[in-house]
Amino acid sequence: MIVSEENVDGDIMELTNGAEATVRIEDGCVVKERIQKRYRLRELDERIRKERTKAESRLISEARRLGIPTPIIYDLENSVIRMQYIPGTPLKHVINEELSERLGRLVGLLHTGGIIHGDLTTSNLILYKDRLYMIDFGLSFMNSGVEARGVDVHVLFQTFESSHRDHESLIQAFCHGYRQAFTGADEVLVRVTEIEKRGRYA
Amino acid sequence: MKGTVLGIEGTAWNLSAAIVNENDVVAEVTDTYSPATGGIHPREAAQHHAKYASTVIRKVLEEAKEKGVTSSDIDAIAFSQGPGLGACLRTVATAARMLAIKFNVPLVGVNHCLAHIEVGRWKTPARDPVTLYVSGANSQVLAYRMGRYRVFGETLDIGLGNAFDKFARNAGLSHPGGPKIEQLAKMSTNYIPLPYVVKGMDLSFSGLSTAATEALKCNSLEDVCYSLQETAFAMIVEVTERAIAHTGKREVLLAGGVGANMRLREMLDIMCTDRGVSFHVPEKRFMGDNGAMIAYLGLLMYNAGDILTIENSHVNPNFRPDDVDVTWLE
Repeated sequence: MIVSEENVDGDIMELTNGAEATVRIEDGCVVKERIQKRYRLRELDERIRKERTKAESRLISEARRLGIPTPIIYDLENSVIRMQYIPGTPLKHVINEELSERLGRLVGLLHTGGIIHGDLTTSNLILYKDRLYMIDFGLSFMNSGVEARGVDVHVLFQTFESSHRDHESLIQAFCHGYRQAFTGADEVLVRVTEIEKRGRYA
Repeated sequence: MKGTVLGIEGTAWNLSAAIVNENDVVAEVTDTYSPATGGIHPREAAQHHAKYASTVIRKVLEEAKEKGVTSSDIDAIAFSQGPGLGACLRTVATAARMLAIKFNVPLVGVNHCLAHIEVGRWKTPARDPVTLYVSGANSQVLAYRMGRYRVFGETLDIGLGNAFDKFARNAGLSHPGGPKIEQLAKMSTNYIPLPYVVKGMDLSFSGLSTAATEALKCNSLEDVCYSLQETAFAMIVEVTERAIAHTGKREVLLAGGVGANMRLREMLDIMCTDRGVSFHVPEKRFMGDNGAMIAYLGLLMYNAGDILTIENSHVNPNFRPDDVDVTWLE
C-alpha cells in the first residue's frame, strides 16, 4: 500500500489494487476494503475477509500502544476498515541514516511487543510532521520467534538494497536503532544473514 | 538445442523411463508401485523400483527402437536426483549410473520440481509463468527470477496430496485418496468450517487434515470431503494470486498430480480470469510424475553443459528447486 501526499481533496481516490484489498480515500479517511474472491466459496470467503480485517485493525491499535505511530482506526465493519489518512512523504523518498536509525527503534519496539509487520518496505513508512508512521498491517501477525522477526527485517533490507544507493550505511544505522529498542536484536540480525544465504524470500 | 536423452523418474511411487529429443517424447514406459493397503511404504517402493527398473528400461529402449531411435543415439542419461524418498532415489540413481557407464555418455542430475515446470513450459504455451506445483509431497508456488526459480510460497509441513491421503486413510478410503475425495465432494454443497492456514505466503496442511478427520465424527463423509477440498484449494489459489501480484507475471502454470482435480482447475481458472492472466494446464500424462519430464529437463541441461561425474552424482532427498542455478535459460 502506498499512500502519497497528492490529491487529498478528491473525494474518492483509488490508491492500490493489490491481491487482497483496495485502498481508497473517502472524505479524508483511508478506506481499506478486502475484496471478494470469486474462486472461494462465499461462506469461507466472508469468514476469511472478516477475520483478517479484525486482526489487522487490532494489530494497528496494538502497535500504537507499543509507542509506534500508526493510523487511528475510526471504524470497522465486516471487511472494511476506515482509518486516519497520513498525508506525509513515504520514507523511500527521504530516507537517510538518522531516519533509518529511528526506523530501527520502531521495528525494535514492534518486535518486543511480539508483532511481525509482514511487509516492511520503505513505502509502508510515512514521515509526517517529523513523526515516522508505520502503515499497512495487512500481512501482520503475532509471533515472537527469531525466524519470523528475521524475515521481517530481511524484507526491509531487501528494499534498502533494491532502491537505495547507500544501503550499507542505512542497514548499519537501522541495526543501531534496532539494538537500542530490542534486547533480542543480535540473535535476529544473525538470522537475517542466514536467511539471505538461503535466498528463499527473494 | 539438439540431442536425445533417456530420463528416469523414481522419487516416490512412480517408476518411469522416457526417451526424449527436442521435438517430442520418443518413448515412455511406466510401472507404478501400488500398496496393498495404506500409503506408500518407502522401502517397498524402493524394492519395487529395483525389481522393475531393468524391465522398464529395456521396454523403453525397445519402444524407441521401433521408432528408429537406438541406444547409440542417446547422448545423456538423466535421473531425478531429488527431492524424494531416499531409498527410491538411490535405486534410480544406481540404474542411471549403470546406463551412463554402459553407453559411455554423461549423467545429468535433475531437480524433480523443476522438471515439472519445464515440461509444462514445453507442452503448453506458457513462457514465463508463476507455477503452482501440487503433488503428494510437494506444494510450492514458483517463478523464475534472476537465474533461479524462486519459491514464493510453500507448505510449512506436508504436501497437499499427502494431507488428502492421510485424511482418506483415516476415512477408510484407499490410496491415492485425492480422486476418491473429488468424487465424494461432488455429492455435497454443505460447507463445514475447517482451519484455513495461510501464513504470509506459506501454507500449512497438517492441521487441516487432522481437523477434517475430527469432523468425520459428526458429519457425513461427503460434506467433509467437500469442505476439505474447498478449504485446501482456496489456500493454494490465494498464494498463487499473491505471487502473480508480487511478480507481475501474466501466466499461471499448473503442475503435479493434484492438478488433475477439476475443482482446483476451476478455482484457478476463475482467479486467472479475474486477474486477467492466462492459465495453462499440460496434458494429464505430464502432470503427475513421469519420465518424460526428467528426460526433457535432462536434455535442456545437457545442452547447457550441466552434467555430473559419477562421483558427484549423490542423490539429495531434500533437494530444493531454489538451490539450482538455472543454466538452461537465457
